[in-house]
Amino acid sequence: MKKQTLWYWLFLSPVLIALISVVVIPFMFGLYYSFTDWNGIQSTKFVGFEHYMEIFKDKEFISSLWFTVKFSIVSVILINFFGLSLALIVTQNIKTSKILRTVFFMPNLIGGLILGFIWQFIFIKVFASIGDLLNIESLRGWLSTPETGFWGLAIVMSWQMAGYIMVIYIAYLENIPQELLEAAAIDGANSFQRFRYITFPLVAPAFTVSLFLTLSNSFKLYDQNLSLTGGGPYNSTQMLAMEIFKTAFSENQMAYAQSKAVIFFIIVAVISLTQVYFNKKREVEM
Amino acid sequence: MKRVQRYMIEIIGIILAVIWLSPFYLMIVNSFKTKREIFTDTLRFPEIFTFDNYAEAFKQLDFLKTFANSLFITIVSVSIIIIFSSMGAYALSRRKGKISSFLFFAFVSSMLIPFQSVMIPLVYIFGQVDMLNKIGLIFMYLGFGCSLSIFLYHGTLNSIPKSLDEAAIIDGANRFQVFWYIIFPMLKPITVTVAILNTIWIWNDYLLPSLVINKEGMHTIPLKMFFFFGEYTKQWHLALAGLTIAILPVIIGYFFAQKQIIKGVSEGAVK
Repeated sequence: MKKQTLWYWLFLSPVLIALISVVVIPFMFGLYYSFTDWNGIQSTKFVGFEHYMEIFKDKEFISSLWFTVKFSIVSVILINFFGLSLALIVTQNIKTSKILRTVFFMPNLIGGLILGFIWQFIFIKVFASIGDLLNIESLRGWLSTPETGFWGLAIVMSWQMAGYIMVIYIAYLENIPQELLEAAAIDGANSFQRFRYITFPLVAPAFTVSLFLTLSNSFKLYDQNLSLTGGGPYNSTQMLAMEIFKTAFSENQMAYAQSKAVIFFIIVAVISLTQVYFNKKREVEM
Repeated sequence: MKRVQRYMIEIIGIILAVIWLSPFYLMIVNSFKTKREIFTDTLRFPEIFTFDNYAEAFKQLDFLKTFANSLFITIVSVSIIIIFSSMGAYALSRRKGKISSFLFFAFVSSMLIPFQSVMIPLVYIFGQVDMLNKIGLIFMYLGFGCSLSIFLYHGTLNSIPKSLDEAAIIDGANRFQVFWYIIFPMLKPITVTVAILNTIWIWNDYLLPSLVINKEGMHTIPLKMFFFFGEYTKQWHLALAGLTIAILPVIIGYFFAQKQIIKGVSEGAVK
């Protein structure tokens, strides 16, 4: 009996030690610090909910939160629209199916930081060149205004993640039995009806997965934000992750930044738990 | 009609693919231009192809060294994640009970915590014990990466019958032998998935290395790229050559393993 327990803990100890010291302890410490006046070196006293009250009056935090929410909503819609469209295209019986998948998926392998830099060139230089060529004023000066910064980020995010979401939709689409679609076709269902009544219900679980995946990824975005706009102009495109980073490491308000990080955790956790809830509900229904 | 429809879809697909690839195309084409030519026009093909940008960017990025740093950190971290996560998941799947359920739940729920929520104390604590170095970074990758990997391994392990282990143990094998000689080889497909997901993440990660190993000579590719770009921000000819060099290893890897990569990512996401 003793020997049995020994191997169990031996096998588990490396991951347990890593998880506890990298995630659990910092998380607990962070929670504790957020109620103190910790300055990155020491804390002298408890301040209760002082930081949390302050956050709700913090204009910069509120505008970051608002920007992040707007950005996430737009990204979720665009990514899922493109992701599903691409998946529907490449699952047709077409010759270029394989190579198209390869192309659409490619941006996912490259880090967000590098993609942001590449797109900075496209938005600033190439857009300006096209604008000059076709005489379109609105293509000039991209990323120099809050609006173009917002749409720039949304375009990069959709371009990158659509291929990822495509892969998820493909997994579900290819599980649809072909006989079912053929039988419906023989019975006289047109291609829209087949999509509406067969494909769509069978792909529905993919919507839940994709929706929440894109939502939490958009919400947590940092690298692309840093490299594409750097939060500018005048912090107008600064998302939450970057706002927390700046409060901590540029302004050195450690405890205050940590309480923002706790709020950030709560929002992300609520998004993920909502997904778990929907998944469980669906499983019960099935 | 059917045929026309199919051609239409194919053409739309190809147009979209061209749009999808255009940022890469524009990056590469312009990386061969002189500073002046980029300034005047970014759409044309270069009049004179110059490789000077590449020579300069390669030198400024200290690319061989930077590439080696990225490679070392990624390979070691991913190997450690594979070894320890599969062992952990094996233990959890073979001894069912309250403790195992609780630990499995703990691993899965830790995935809810975004990096930014632990980042500040993490850097502080590891700084206190003098672990803001490569070893510390690799250890952190194990901590952040083990949850998803254990989750994926656990699913597969549950479908491998326990009678297999028991038979081997009756024959005199110990747990380590059972795991490494019998079970681990059977986990190969999911190991490929785990390896791919963690490689993509760690290779491209910027924020964690920027906090942990932000020292000259230790930089990984994303980290080096950040400083390089900051320095040459209005010198697009060098910046573009640097970006092209930086993504080349990924594109080459993708070319050889695209099937496994797409399959792995899809498995990781759907589960």
